[in-house]
Amino acid sequence: MLDAAKTPPALELRNITKTYTVKQGLIGKRRPLTAVRDVSLKLEKGEVLGLVGESGCGKSTLAKILLGLEPPTSGEVLVDGQALGVQDRLALARRIQPIFQDPYSSLNPRKSIADIVSLPLRIHGIGDAASQQKAVRDMLDVVGLPPRVMNTFPSQMSGGQRQRVAIARALIMKPEIVICDEPTSALDVSVQSQILNLLGDLRAEFGLTYLFISHNLAVVEHLATRVAVMYLGRIVEDVSSDDLFDASAHPYTQALLQSVLTPEPGLGVPDTQLGMAYPNPIDPPSGCGFHPRCRHATNLCSAQAPRPVPHRDGHVECHLHDPETAMFGTD
Amino acid sequence: MTDTFLDVKGLTIDIPVGGGTLHAVRGIDFELKRGEVLCIVGESGSGKSLTSLALMGLLGRRIKVRAERMDFDGTALLDASPRQMRSLRGARMSMIFQEPMTSLNPAYTIGDQLMEAMLLHRDVSRAEARARAVDLLEKVGITAAASRLGQYPHQLSGGLRQRVMIAMALMCGPELIIADEPTTALDVTIQAQILRLLVDLVREMGMAMILITHDLGVVARVADKVAVMYAGELVETGLAADVFRAPMHPYTRGLLRCIPQPGKSRRGEPLGTIRGIVPSLVGEVSGCVFRTRCDEAVAACRGTIPQHWPGDGHAFRCVHASGARIAEQEGA
Ligand SMILES: Nc1ncnc2c1ncn2[C@@H]1O[C@H](COP(=O)(O)OP(=O)(O)O)[C@@H](O)[C@H]1O
Ligand SMILES: Nc1ncnc2c1ncn2[C@@H]1O[C@H](COP(=O)(O)OP(=O)(O)O)[C@@H](O)[C@H]1O
Ligand SMILES: [Mg+2]
Ligand SMILES: [Mg+2]
Repeated sequence: MLDAAKTPPALELRNITKTYTVKQGLIGKRRPLTAVRDVSLKLEKGEVLGLVGESGCGKSTLAKILLGLEPPTSGEVLVDGQALGVQDRLALARRIQPIFQDPYSSLNPRKSIADIVSLPLRIHGIGDAASQQKAVRDMLDVVGLPPRVMNTFPSQMSGGQRQRVAIARALIMKPEIVICDEPTSALDVSVQSQILNLLGDLRAEFGLTYLFISHNLAVVEHLATRVAVMYLGRIVEDVSSDDLFDASAHPYTQALLQSVLTPEPGLGVPDTQLGMAYPNPIDPPSGCGFHPRCRHATNLCSAQAPRPVPHRDGHVECHLHDPETAMFGTD
Repeated sequence: MTDTFLDVKGLTIDIPVGGGTLHAVRGIDFELKRGEVLCIVGESGSGKSLTSLALMGLLGRRIKVRAERMDFDGTALLDASPRQMRSLRGARMSMIFQEPMTSLNPAYTIGDQLMEAMLLHRDVSRAEARARAVDLLEKVGITAAASRLGQYPHQLSGGLRQRVMIAMALMCGPELIIADEPTTALDVTIQAQILRLLVDLVREMGMAMILITHDLGVVARVADKVAVMYAGELVETGLAADVFRAPMHPYTRGLLRCIPQPGKSRRGEPLGTIRGIVPSLVGEVSGCVFRTRCDEAVAACRGTIPQHWPGDGHAFRCVHASGARIAEQEGA
């Protein structure tokens, strides 16, 4: 813990906002859509930070900003405490690598597996052809693929094998940080468990730091040391995995926990009381973005956005848990 | 009211493919009473969708469907004329698909699509069909239902579209609903709501439902009966309570170990896995199909596989009467 105070976080977001301009309707009126709203987040060395939330809440946008693939509208990304400029893209790629959800579309179908996995080495001009081939063979072995797949193409592989290729491609640069965006969402459960186990082993073997994004809290909880819950572009709660079950505070975190359908018969389908739909980010609700779906919402919640307050060793954004506003709650 | 009204025995589906025949579904049996929910669970490619499409008579001619029996309330579905099947499908059995966008027509309003089947199959006026559509949209939890009738599918979110699909499936008051992965494409929060809705409606309207899923969590929470499907066969069937309390087939047990369970599976500890991949089902298939991936496999798994009945209505197919090798040898 003392060390954590001294060494800067592996990755830090400071007040990151990302606003897209989108055309709405057929008339094509252009309107702003804020996908990420003033988010500050730290990824400490060696930790697995899980990022969870419903689709459209801004998880992938956040991932792309961290990877330097999208510039933020405002705010700063710091790597090892150093601000990141646009010109650092390649240097950044050496240290931070992505693994995306869909191994079908993220692997070039016309390239052999050897070409796909060695591409980062060639881009960065690391080693000669022979040493690149060896590096590829070694890395395929690490992710559990036999050398014979080197000359095959993505279309000849199963979903799980393709995801292993994507992992090999990400790790061949020996990155420090891996951003996994829904890496198992397209896979069958028996394959998902293999990939989750592999990611766990690789973390131990290479001392990796992960940002692990998923809409499935059960999957996130399994790997993560800390969980950040995202809603409508905000991190509404940030909680250590140990506290997630017994001490998480935000009503949305609790609804997500409740929505996990564990294979326990007789419990029935939980009533999350979330009401209807996820809001449209073009027209976000007033006050707390979650208030239209929250069973504890009061007048205050629709009038005023909650501020982040410390909770356990994380934070929560909810009037119920803010000592200065909690007294107004009725519930 | 508790009579078996869907009775399937020996359902077999063969698909001609380049280089032979894909034996996609091989001799599966299940039955359903009114008011029951049967979940067919299995990983992708196990033949779940083919099974549901065969029941609905929606498979093309190229695909060969056989069965000893496939009766819906006394009607032999395999002998029914295309016309009889059309009228059954519209009125007494209906289907909900995984991706509503592929089954909703983007060019027509929600209202037109909701009313269509009812106007075709039931002797009702447009006004009556409209009233029923509004009523059902409200029932599936859609606000401002009347105003939705004029909207087009693309104007709705995924969760709303799936609700519309459910309302559409209910329009003619069917006796059987087949829902093929109805919540797989949705967020878990929306999934819980849609599943609650389906289960409540089934109970309230006295329908029966076959719910197809790859998610054992979904099965545990909604099923009365479970059929675990692997590579075209039902390897284990039974009451949900029995199958989850005492899973017997090595595949069922293996699948359950693969699932991370918050608060139950230990964080950071490896999850169970099932090694290998599903074998090709092209050409002759014999013995236990799971043997290539099974930790309990022995030489006898290549032969004829017996069925065991560990409890009333609970059945599984395995050479081991206990579903495991060690216990077997100790017991012998
Ligand atoms: N390039 C883009 N242009 C316009 N809107 C976008 C773009 N990328 C994402 N969005 C919008 O930003 C919001 C967040 O998207 P995303 O980060 O992909 O969410 P998640 O990964 O959590 O599902 C969504 O409303 C999405 O439609
Ligand atoms: N029209 C078809 N032509 C050829 N093969 C098919 C066709 N439909 C399904 N299959 C094959 O049959 C098997 C079972 O498919 P399906 O019933 O869709 O599986 P599930 O719904 O369990 O994922 C798969 O191997 C699939 O590729
Ligand atoms: Mg995403
Ligand atoms: Mg299917």
